[in-house]
Amino acid sequence: MQIEPRENISPWRVIVAPVAAIIVAFVLCAFLIAWTGEPIIESYGYLFKGAFGSRFALSETLNRATPLIFTGLAAAVAFRAKFWNIGAEGQLYFGALAATILGTGAITLPPVLMIPFLFIAGALAGGLALLGPVFLKTTLKVDEVVTTLLLNFVILLFVNYLLEGPLKDPMSLGWPQAASIVDEGVLPELMARTRLHIGFLVALAASILIWALMRYTIWGYEIRAVGANPNAARFSGISINRTVFLVAMLSGGLAGMAGITETAGTKGYLTLDLSPGFGYSGIAVAMLANLNPLGVVISAIFLAGIYVGADSMSRAVNIPTYIADVLVALSVLSVLVSLLFVQFRVRWR
Amino acid sequence: MANLRISNVTKKFGSLTANDNVSLQVSEGEVVALLGENGAGKTTLMNILFGHYVADEGDIEIDGIKLPPGSTDAAIRAGLGMVHQHFTLAENMSVLDNIMLGTESLWSLKSTVSRSRRKLESLADEYNLHVDADAGISDLSVGERQRVEILKVLYRGARILILDEPTAVLTPAETDQLLANLKMMVAKGMSIIFISHKLHEVMAISDRVTVLRHGAMVGEIETRNADKAILAEMMVGRKVTRPKAEVLEPGSDVLRLDNICVRGNDKKTDVLRDISLNIRENEIVAIAGVAGNGQRELAEVLNGLRPWHKGTFKFGGEVVSKGDARAFLRMGFGRIPEDRHHTGTVGEMRVWENLLSEKLRQSPFWKFRTLIDFSAHRKKAAELIEQFDIRCNSMETPARLLSGGNMQKLILARTLTADPKFILANQPVRGLDEGAIAFVHEQLLAARTKGAGILLISEDLDEVFSIADRVAVIYHGRISQLLDIRKTNLQQIGAMMGGDMKAVA
Repeated sequence: MQIEPRENISPWRVIVAPVAAIIVAFVLCAFLIAWTGEPIIESYGYLFKGAFGSRFALSETLNRATPLIFTGLAAAVAFRAKFWNIGAEGQLYFGALAATILGTGAITLPPVLMIPFLFIAGALAGGLALLGPVFLKTTLKVDEVVTTLLLNFVILLFVNYLLEGPLKDPMSLGWPQAASIVDEGVLPELMARTRLHIGFLVALAASILIWALMRYTIWGYEIRAVGANPNAARFSGISINRTVFLVAMLSGGLAGMAGITETAGTKGYLTLDLSPGFGYSGIAVAMLANLNPLGVVISAIFLAGIYVGADSMSRAVNIPTYIADVLVALSVLSVLVSLLFVQFRVRWR
Repeated sequence: MANLRISNVTKKFGSLTANDNVSLQVSEGEVVALLGENGAGKTTLMNILFGHYVADEGDIEIDGIKLPPGSTDAAIRAGLGMVHQHFTLAENMSVLDNIMLGTESLWSLKSTVSRSRRKLESLADEYNLHVDADAGISDLSVGERQRVEILKVLYRGARILILDEPTAVLTPAETDQLLANLKMMVAKGMSIIFISHKLHEVMAISDRVTVLRHGAMVGEIETRNADKAILAEMMVGRKVTRPKAEVLEPGSDVLRLDNICVRGNDKKTDVLRDISLNIRENEIVAIAGVAGNGQRELAEVLNGLRPWHKGTFKFGGEVVSKGDARAFLRMGFGRIPEDRHHTGTVGEMRVWENLLSEKLRQSPFWKFRTLIDFSAHRKKAAELIEQFDIRCNSMETPARLLSGGNMQKLILARTLTADPKFILANQPVRGLDEGAIAFVHEQLLAARTKGAGILLISEDLDEVFSIADRVAVIYHGRISQLLDIRKTNLQQIGAMMGGDMKAVA
């Protein structure tokens, strides 16, 4: 067996490969479903119906996709520059902290100003959470994988402390939760009587903006150049440290905005279970999208659909919701393998 | 009796035919030179011979016995030994350790150090290849390291020695020593395949020359019936003449360094000491030297990527206070980097994106100081591709798919379109074929005629003597005084490259 690089990569292969990979993931997962003794087609039917089968299901899926789009963009931007930000979870909570500190009464503005204000504050807070790691990387070459990953736990424990202490809502009957966001700051519903809020539209706008930034601007060019070949980038006069700093602020800012959509949108207040790992799932979202900012939207909706659908599937048939994690993990793995097949050909002899 | 016989070997990589029906025969006590440009298929053929690749068609026989394809082990056992261009030695171990490495049985509890030492000493005596067996590899000179590599394959019982571009890293004196050693081995019945693209070495050592071009054998000739011109023509496929420099009166100083000192990567010791140098308009100044004597650091200083801590750096009469790649570009520096893939281009990005990477922040190539102006870029890129004859499918092709020569043309186009006042050409023709070398030299000479001052860093003295006006030698981080090229000669520069700075006088 020999593996050889392809000389020209046809565009249809780039589209077909990930779709085929996801079919493979579903087929592999079918074995697990068969193992539980439940009917495969029917179970997948429940999964699909639970994710996209009704107005309510769709609204839940898109609601779940909203923070995933932000964390997915955070990973996509950072990984494009080979800045391995694994700390979106912590940056999300920093964003949520900003919303709580500023949005629970400290400042009250009319909604047209209050909502953008919260998003900007969340983005700045998310960027702030990355200042330490990016500074350590550019000055002392400390590996950002380690610092950003470990900071997640530090930040989560810090939020835990705040929720048990200074930020604890006296009206919460002893639950560790913060006060609610003021009405002016709450993100309006997008569909009546559902949890889907305008945060989803902000996420769509963000992905289009990031796509345009990467493609049409000099900053985007520099980010791509630094990621693909830092030596050549430095040689042509691009400052690596400045570019890495810019990328870190963008990435942290996007992750921080996910904290805003969850506190000011979905939940209404900060708790310790605000995010069921959106920061980490964002990495899977970005990898599934092959780091393309527009692809992030599709892969975030896909992942959200699997999670939401698996919940309703587990209610209908006797399959635990963990199947969703297996399905996501298999999808990411098979998409990564499929991308190899896009770039290389295998010859059997 | 034929010792080694390669018959009708064909190897394809996708649509590329790396070896097309190649046959080669080496007898006992014979030196066969394998001559060809980069990409002609020399290395592929040797990798097939050595079992790293499996040929699509064809056989290899040693002493009439067929070698099983794809087995390096069998190749070594049959008596093949390869000395790679890039040494494969463990730097932190001694000479003896390196030579024994991998030869002892893993199942034996006893070490065989004393026996190995005796075997090594007798080999060294037999072939006059003396090295201190207990010296650490990192303390050895490049020539000594190569001797260790040769001893390593002899120790494993090689009777057919393959040397891949063995002289690329040697000084002229070390090269002479190597050739003398090889002659002695041949006299004792060894066979040698000598891979090179340096014609004078091939003429000096070989009995027979096999020439490869584009993967195919274009001819075989007895060395005594050949001369350099015939070989060059066989190798390139047509008559190639390297351009010569016309005589020009140099102008005022473009760039002047006075006593520049530069720290190494450890930030403590100086890797460049008291470098003084001036480059004038309309001239090419060459820095000759064996690789690793400070050329890389000097290039980094002139590219604005490495700071200096002492001395003055003047450009066009103005003092430059610190290194800054972007500022240097704006001031009119042009640069051709040492490594096309590593620093010259971003392989994943498109040809046009690479062509204009130094012009992003200039009108008309940007809009509103943030957006890339695609149409301005594409128009300029199309002009440059036409003007410099860059062969690519389209300007949207990723740069990594370009051949070495075309990638160098891309870099030349990017550099020269800015009309730089000063050009640093660091090994501009390394690894290029004769046709591309001539093109690069023509372009550099044209820039010189237009008034640029050019600093050429080169390890190839033929290149230095064909286009430079003045030359200095760099050795252990120090630089000799500049000599007029017409008042010096190859022997003098060669001696200086080996560290004999007294040869200046």
